[in-house]
Amino acid sequence: MRHRSTSRAIYELLSSMRFAISLLTILGIASIIGTVLKQNEPYNNYLNQFGPFWFPIFEKLGLYAVYNSVWFLTILGFLVLSTTVCIFRQTRPMLKDMRGFREHAKEVSLAQFQHHARLPAGLPLAQARDAASAYLARSGFTTRINPRHDGVLLAAKQGSWTRIGYFLAHAAIVLICVGGLLDGNLPLKAQMALGGKVVTSGNQLISDIKPESRLGLDNWSFRGNVFIPEGKSAGVAVLNVQDGILLQDLPFTVSLRKFHLEHYDSGMPKRFASDIVITDNASGKSVEKTIEVNKPFEFDGIMMYQASFEDGGSKLRLVGHDLRPGSGGDAFPVEAAVGDSFKVNRAGLDHTLELGTFRVFNIENMADEDKSDAGTIASIEKHLGSGAKSPTKKDMKNVGPSIQYKLRDSAGQAREYQNYMQPIEQDGAWYLLSGMRESPSAPFRFMRIPLDDDGKADSWLAIRRLLVDKSQHAGIASRFAAASLGRETDANVRRRMEETTRKTLELFAIGGFESLGKFIESTIPEAERDKAADVFIKILEGSAWEAWKLARATAGQPAIEIDPKRARLLRDTLNATSDSLHYGAPVYFQLTGFDEVRATVLQVTRSPGKPIVYFGSLLLVLGVFAMLYIRERRLFVLIKDSGETLVALSSNRRSMDVDDAFRRHRDAIAALIKPQP
Amino acid sequence: MDIAHKDSGAALRHLNPGDWLFALALAGGGAFALRQYGGFMDIYDKLILFLAVPALAAVGWAWKPFRPFLAAAAALALASIALYQGDLARAEKVFFLKYLISSQTAIMWMSALFFIATGAYWLGLLARSDFAEKTGSALTWSAVTMGTTGLLVRWYESYLIGTDVGHIPISNLYEVFVLFSLITGLLYLYYEGRYATRRMGAFVLLVISAAVAFLLWYTFSREAQEIQPLIPALQSYWMKVHVPANFIGYGAFALAAMIGVADLLVRKGILASRLPAAEVLDDVMYKAIAIGFAFFTIATILGALWAAEAWGTYWQWDPKETWAFIVWLNYAAWLHIRLTKGLRGAMLAWWAVVGLVVTAFAFVGVNMFLSGLHSYGSL
Ligand code: HEM
Repeated sequence: MRHRSTSRAIYELLSSMRFAISLLTILGIASIIGTVLKQNEPYNNYLNQFGPFWFPIFEKLGLYAVYNSVWFLTILGFLVLSTTVCIFRQTRPMLKDMRGFREHAKEVSLAQFQHHARLPAGLPLAQARDAASAYLARSGFTTRINPRHDGVLLAAKQGSWTRIGYFLAHAAIVLICVGGLLDGNLPLKAQMALGGKVVTSGNQLISDIKPESRLGLDNWSFRGNVFIPEGKSAGVAVLNVQDGILLQDLPFTVSLRKFHLEHYDSGMPKRFASDIVITDNASGKSVEKTIEVNKPFEFDGIMMYQASFEDGGSKLRLVGHDLRPGSGGDAFPVEAAVGDSFKVNRAGLDHTLELGTFRVFNIENMADEDKSDAGTIASIEKHLGSGAKSPTKKDMKNVGPSIQYKLRDSAGQAREYQNYMQPIEQDGAWYLLSGMRESPSAPFRFMRIPLDDDGKADSWLAIRRLLVDKSQHAGIASRFAAASLGRETDANVRRRMEETTRKTLELFAIGGFESLGKFIESTIPEAERDKAADVFIKILEGSAWEAWKLARATAGQPAIEIDPKRARLLRDTLNATSDSLHYGAPVYFQLTGFDEVRATVLQVTRSPGKPIVYFGSLLLVLGVFAMLYIRERRLFVLIKDSGETLVALSSNRRSMDVDDAFRRHRDAIAALIKPQP
Repeated sequence: MDIAHKDSGAALRHLNPGDWLFALALAGGGAFALRQYGGFMDIYDKLILFLAVPALAAVGWAWKPFRPFLAAAAALALASIALYQGDLARAEKVFFLKYLISSQTAIMWMSALFFIATGAYWLGLLARSDFAEKTGSALTWSAVTMGTTGLLVRWYESYLIGTDVGHIPISNLYEVFVLFSLITGLLYLYYEGRYATRRMGAFVLLVISAAVAFLLWYTFSREAQEIQPLIPALQSYWMKVHVPANFIGYGAFALAAMIGVADLLVRKGILASRLPAAEVLDDVMYKAIAIGFAFFTIATILGALWAAEAWGTYWQWDPKETWAFIVWLNYAAWLHIRLTKGLRGAMLAWWAVVGLVVTAFAFVGVNMFLSGLHSYGSL
């Protein structure tokens, strides 16, 4: 007896409205967690974010994959349970209610309805009954007429379908949850627990992955990625699980003919598409197909979607320029593919080159920032008209290919570089840009390498080589002194000049303008610093000019005269040389050519729950509309022998429409049966 | 938007010649659109156009003032298109385009009209002035007309930039804010007519004004109004139904929340003599949340169908999806509370007000604070 009442209490709790409301609220609050904390990131990121103390605690709580965690699924489970119990409990009374007319309702109970009225009747009973019955039919009611001892009761109803809506909507919740569960990662977890599957680390060759990390063709629910470079094919998908991967064998092989990547003029992506050929392993039959974003393709029960794209190992041609003081001027070629990592073969170097992101297009806004602040009226005026123009000028240009790479020294320290292949025009001159940063979060700082009349960096390299080589300083200094003082000057003055120049070059070769600046600050009184700086700059520019002439003479090139363009080149050379002393790399790798190979990433899924979820969704919509917009009304007209008529109306929802409907029906019926004057 | 049967089955019998004329005009408009722009439509666009005719007819039949509004917006948009003569540069040269019915200008007019309407409604409420309230009503009608014109013209302008750029203007945060203001305005005007009271305008227009203020900030400081082409993920016919359904939901929820504020004030006795009775406010709140919930359910399902095509999974707990789910749960809870004895009254009003916070977070907060796949407009 005791036992029965506890289960009865649980049954009632589970099916109670208050419990449902609490569940909905709790589920909503629990869902927030996963939106605040990024889900399914590599575990290392979480470790960095939370530190070694909190990391394992949060892991235990399932916070890195909230929506698959035990506690979250438990809440969902309760929702399913509660809804099921609720449907179960409501079924009998609701069906009874739907079918029944309550034609035996007593007068006293009708008189207790919130909406009831007593009307005087003028018509004889039979006539009143027929008139009322006709009215009810006209108004969309189905009526049951029950003659009884004191008169006749017309019990009418409409909108009973709203009850069906209840079943549809609430059954839909259960269906959707069940379908979703089939497509979630529970089946995978079950296989790992029961089938002994274990995740493995992502950075190894596919052929090295052991059978216990491979899922067979019989797996009926999965979601993974297939990576295929152009001209290659693949027959396995990679599933990211927890902190590693699993492989999923596919019943077919996909090869990528070509990957299409199109842009709008503004540089925004316009189209990603893969021309693929799918070959069925069993039958050997092939299908050709183009898959695009929003245009997936199903084959053998597996859906394939365009998920993303990557570089598929483009071949790059680079030229290395040795930047170390005293190095010879020869450049050395390097050929490698994107993603490669190898030692740079060069005397005295112990560096590893790691080739990273390669981009064929770089679309940049080349317009100058226009920050003129006009008045309010002008500003409003600027925003009138069509939505097509941009009020601030934009000049989107493709500045060509770029390569990002890391150079790691023998101590394991790496710096990251970003070099553009094509020269870029800035302030009327052309430069090669090479960016450097010390940490991935920092922005690149760019060195602008000036180009000479031939459009090459050779002049800069040649001048720079002399300027940073200490053994050349004395020679440059004496040439500079000779050039600036002429022949006549006395030897002392001349020696002092040479000495100053040599010292200047020496300082500059250490840390560029920065070392010179420090020197000025520490040795020269404040009032004279500007003048001194001017002098140093003049010396440097003159020396650079001498270095240039010297380099040309040594290389057997014809002599040149100074002109404004060359003067500009000299200034740019000094700037770039100064920057190169903080470049942090012994070599500058210039990108000179490439053969692009793209790779597509297709997402492949088998989702057995999808039809269930879609069917559930359809039921949900039908159910919700039925519940909210089919209104149940029961209208009772009791015509008594005494001539008095009682009209009562009930509804399963409270709303002002009900008041309205009652008033309308009451007045209509009253008019029909009213006593003749 | 009350699709309940008045006298079920009798609905068609009650149509008068005006109703049929309206439907005929709609069908004519649809045919005109198909003839003029059919070349730019795929089969789904045509299907949507085909279904739009009966849907708009149903709205116009149930709600008469919708007809002149639709006619005016269509006429203005066509006038604008005629003035453009296929040349975008004319937006700067033709007076009526520059200062009245080019898309940006029309949206600016909408903004100004909504602000003035808010003022008028408040004046009407505080000074008990019928005239001011009527003015507020007229201004709100003008505002939604200008806003609708603005969006229609913007649609046309996008095709003038390039046929590969052209698309329906509901694809980024700027465009959906205009849509939100419009839909909230229209829903309000419907209830204003249905309940025959203009007293709720002061509150509802506040939330529209807030949206408009955001829109202006977004325009002036972020240049967000510039028409952008669609990235591949957004090139989907699902978008064209998902977004409007979503914004009927958001608009209705926002409206319900403002009615909730009014309801709470009335229950406290503040402005009680000027505002409608709590019972009326309750009823409006229920109607709004019901329509919002129904459309939000559809929108979320459409979003899932779309996600399945674009991302390969119908549901993956991306922050925007999850917040949509939270909003949906919130209003499901609200509907159940209303069915539970002992929990009605002030509790429901409070719940609706809090609902606006949740809705607003799902609408803009997610874009501001959380990152995810819904990249259509980060701030
Ligand atoms: C995500 C979950 C749920 C959703 C979306 C949902 C949705 C709805 C909706 C829209 C209504 C109609 C409200 C109205 O007409 O104002 C409703 C009614 C109702 N719901 Fe739910 N519901 C959910 C879960 C539950 C659960 C768990 C229970 C039971 C424990 C429940 C019990 C009921 C009952 C008894 C009604 C009233 C039916 C009637 O009188 O016709 N619901 N529900």
